[in-house]
Amino acid sequence: MSEALHLHFDVDGENFTSAGEASVQVKKALRQMGCPPEIIRRVSIAMYEGEINMVIHAGGGKADVYMDSRTIRILLADTGPGIADIALAMQEGYSTAPDNIRSLGFGAGMGLPNMKRYTDRMDLQSTVGKGTTITMEIDLPQ
Amino acid sequence: MTVNELATALALTPLCAPEPDRPVTGGYCGDLLSWVMGRAKSGQAWVTIMTNINVAAVAALTDVACVILAEDSKPEESVVEKAKEEGINLFTSPQDSFSLCAGVDRLLRP
Repeated sequence: MSEALHLHFDVDGENFTSAGEASVQVKKALRQMGCPPEIIRRVSIAMYEGEINMVIHAGGGKADVYMDSRTIRILLADTGPGIADIALAMQEGYSTAPDNIRSLGFGAGMGLPNMKRYTDRMDLQSTVGKGTTITMEIDLPQ
Repeated sequence: MTVNELATALALTPLCAPEPDRPVTGGYCGDLLSWVMGRAKSGQAWVTIMTNINVAAVAALTDVACVILAEDSKPEESVVEKAKEEGINLFTSPQDSFSLCAGVDRLLRP
């Protein structure tokens, strides 16, 4: 299946205030392509959570979004500290975000659970000291 | 009911209202952005006390009809600029979140 869309973003780890830029751009691109609103919403939320996570925990990273006629695939890759206990990190309410991030309304431990909830498939690979790679897929209505 | 009608009825102060004719279909209240992100729905009026720039991103991504900043919460100018860019209707009010939500509910309940 040929790709109808590929978007690449370098997520700036130093700039928390610009976090969300990539997600908003993805949302606009999907809207222009006539994607159903609920699909756009799910992709945007999953992508935003991933973007915020990379900024909070990993000093930034890379995000790629691919779309073909069946699936939207989001690839997030960082070279941050990695996640020691993935099962624990996936639990709602578990967070290692610092207080300054919490004061901005994040760090509620909802990031990874939201990413899982709003996608059809999510795969998380992480090596402590090396980084984390997340692949998420959302199926398009056929 | 449109955003403009809601704003008038609740005496909200507009910070920017690029899409005043958007219909308001309900309300949502919350300050934890990740929580709001996962649960607020398109077309709702979102009541919050948060004012940082990420409020604009969450409003854009959830596609809420408007954001109402409670208890005279004042955002920085950059937040208002971002809201204008993204077509987000942004208001402020001296009322607290509870009163604002009660007001939204009173206006929207059939």
